[in-house]
Amino acid sequence: MSKINTREALDKAAKKGLSTLIPAKIKITVGMSTSGIASGAQGVYDALAAEIKKRKLSILLTKTGSMGMDCMEPLIDVMAPGKPRLSYAMVTAAKVPQLMDEIAKGTLEPIRPFYRTDGEQSLITGEKIKFVKGALPKELKEIPEINEVPFYKKQIKIATRNCGIIDPENIDEYIARGGYSALAKALTQKPDKLIDDVIASGLRGRGGGGFPTGVKWRSCREAEGDIKYVICNGDEGDPGAYMDRSVMEGDPHSVLEGMIIGAYAVGAHEGFIYVRNEYPLAVANLSKAIEQARANGFLGKNIFGSGFDFDIRIAKGAGAFVCGESTALMASLEGKAGEPRAKYIHTVEHGLWNRPSNLNNVETWANVPVVIARGGKWFAGIGSKESTGTKVFSLVGNVKNVGLVEVPMGIPLKEIVNDIGGGIPGGRKFKAVQTGGPSGGCIPAKLGSLPVTYDELSKAGSMMGSGGMIVMDDKTCMVDIARYFIEFLESESCGKCVPCREGVKRMRDILEDICKGKGKEGDVELLQSMSQAIIDGSLCALGGSAPNPVLSTIKYFRDEYDAHIKEKRCPAGVCKPLITYSVLKDKCTGCMRCAKVCPTKAATGEKKKTHKINKKLCIKCGACLEACKFGAIKVE
Amino acid sequence: MKKTATKTETVDKKIKAIVDKYKGDKTALIAVLQDIQDACRYLPKDALTYVAEKLAVPVSRIYEVATFYNAFSLKPQGKHLIEVCAGTACHVKGGFNLLEKLERELDIACGDTTKDELFTLEQVRCLGCCSLAPVVRIGGNIHAFLTQDEIPKVLKTYKEM
Ligand SMILES: Cc1cc2nc3c(=O)[nH]c(=O)nc-3n(C[C@H](O)[C@H](O)[C@H](O)COP(=O)(O)O)c2cc1C
Ligand code: SF4
Ligand code: FES
Repeated sequence: MSKINTREALDKAAKKGLSTLIPAKIKITVGMSTSGIASGAQGVYDALAAEIKKRKLSILLTKTGSMGMDCMEPLIDVMAPGKPRLSYAMVTAAKVPQLMDEIAKGTLEPIRPFYRTDGEQSLITGEKIKFVKGALPKELKEIPEINEVPFYKKQIKIATRNCGIIDPENIDEYIARGGYSALAKALTQKPDKLIDDVIASGLRGRGGGGFPTGVKWRSCREAEGDIKYVICNGDEGDPGAYMDRSVMEGDPHSVLEGMIIGAYAVGAHEGFIYVRNEYPLAVANLSKAIEQARANGFLGKNIFGSGFDFDIRIAKGAGAFVCGESTALMASLEGKAGEPRAKYIHTVEHGLWNRPSNLNNVETWANVPVVIARGGKWFAGIGSKESTGTKVFSLVGNVKNVGLVEVPMGIPLKEIVNDIGGGIPGGRKFKAVQTGGPSGGCIPAKLGSLPVTYDELSKAGSMMGSGGMIVMDDKTCMVDIARYFIEFLESESCGKCVPCREGVKRMRDILEDICKGKGKEGDVELLQSMSQAIIDGSLCALGGSAPNPVLSTIKYFRDEYDAHIKEKRCPAGVCKPLITYSVLKDKCTGCMRCAKVCPTKAATGEKKKTHKINKKLCIKCGACLEACKFGAIKVE
Repeated sequence: MKKTATKTETVDKKIKAIVDKYKGDKTALIAVLQDIQDACRYLPKDALTYVAEKLAVPVSRIYEVATFYNAFSLKPQGKHLIEVCAGTACHVKGGFNLLEKLERELDIACGDTTKDELFTLEQVRCLGCCSLAPVVRIGGNIHAFLTQDEIPKVLKTYKEM
């Protein structure tokens, strides 16, 4: 492969990419992210390939990353020249022959598309592409356009601009969407000018802290030393978050391009991507992308004929949450145990191997090419004043539309939950949203109008975090959630600081007692005072923010703590020692399902007669609740 | 000197090949251990002494690293590793009930291996498939929206593998 080092060569690659992105024949694309594959996308892909071969069809079959609405996976896109792109949800391998009939005949039954896309705009170049030639056929008008689907309507995709659209293994498709043109532009500019632009964009770190990215770059640029590094934090330790996985899997080149630009700006020639151990597909797609970038001359020596050299290596994490912390991550990269160190030694001056190192999160890096291509001012026009641009969230938990969403900063929280997320399933009540992972907190439903910005979330006792957004309904116990996070942090504390190691453990003991009904009056006050000691006496932010989940639940859900401590009652019906299972007479039909699944034979009864649960035998495993189709199992 | 030489001879070919690939690069310690863990499903003692010798790192450092990270195991593991997600999304959706069900079905506690060495049961913090919660990963395969009811059937398919 010849290296791309001129604009013309880049345009040529873009043309090639366009020929598969929007081909002159029918194209079928399968969403093959980790969760897509887990939902059966590989089977769908294989069935499509077999059917295309059997019928001798001239159809292009490709793969892509997460299309966003992950609860509807497997998702596939079908595109015929001159027609809108049609997206089908919950496709199974068994449905494939039917679907192929439909595609061949050009009809929309019996498997109706979920939505259609009439065209799109390249974020990098601003160029609009219309898929539909001429008037839209009448029958297609009945299928909602993507911008009318509530899940997508309020989203603006910057960091996930290519996810679910391009084939992540095809560099030309990335280039066709404007990829690597920001790099070409950057390499003709002075590093300081680039940094000015990043500062002007207002881009802040997406990994949690929200530190201004351009300011960090400048410190690293100005730090003394011949050898400098750039690092991408792909550790994504926040449990319940998968934004970074989706970007690394679905659009690895956006991360690479961001890093190359960053390396040029700070003066680094070596880069590292630290990827979480649990993400094999992200490692595979990043590795392929690095190879392709090298082959095309975007990595290696004399990039774009500019004289600038840079290369990237991947390191796999080994399952330690604390390694997401920047100094611990660098220790881990050096092959050591990942213990954080004091913050007063700045990593931009003394980082990896004691050399100036600039570390940013995956999503931060993925934003960089857009900032450079469109200019800092353009970027600053999106979102709110102090929090510019967009944020990707993994909207999960008890919400109807579970998936990957990217929204402009400043959007009210309830719009994410109710409009994009479609509200709470099963007729339950919206109780809280957890953001910021173990360092964050729970925001109650009553604060639903809160604009999602770094500062507003912190003021509310939570934090932006890396982007996990877990929706909780009235069946979630907030004391149990506090206990859950504290237990998580206890097991993940590196043990270096006494307040974090011992204090968090003590807090866990107290919370466990409360959940068991052994809580005492004054426990809440004790938790609060211990929290302060842990916040003050911990070296890194793991300890420093560990009490947040406890403090925020006490602040907003004190009544639940009181119910556990004073009345020995778990109002949400979660804490096992405090709940009982029983059968609702008026709902039980005597179907015997509960009796069948109960592992201890606590649930018994005769056919068509009301069943009973023996409280002495019941281990509260919830099997009957899961099995009952009539809502006849009561937990209180 | 002679002693270590004999050790080097007895160490598994597989492990030799892994360690030699890194050409004595000290900073690759974690990667070396990951490869050994993948190949053997745990870190055998003689492998660690061999690594110490070849990378010229004290054995104590190797143990520090091996015990710090959750991905490493010093005990032999079962043929199929069962990882129950204990991430927030899975917790909210009752993932803890799946763990208890598996403990009952396999008659082992979390962290242990069955007597027949078929299964090791572990908890993991988020598999990144939170949209499919609750999730359990067995031998690298994700089982989405898993219910207690389905567990015996799922285990059976692995027993027959
Ligand atoms: C305990 C702990 C865990 C963290 N985990 C992550 C993580 O998984 N991913 C991440 O990008 N940042 C994580 N961070 C934040 C990083 O330390 C760092 O601030 C961030 O990666 C910087 O990149 P940014 O400025 O682009 O956000 C963590 C911090 C702490 C204290
Ligand atoms: S605060 Fe906790 S995790 Fe952070 S360095 Fe101290 S002991 Fe380790
Ligand atoms: S919380 Fe279970 S996969 Fe993320």
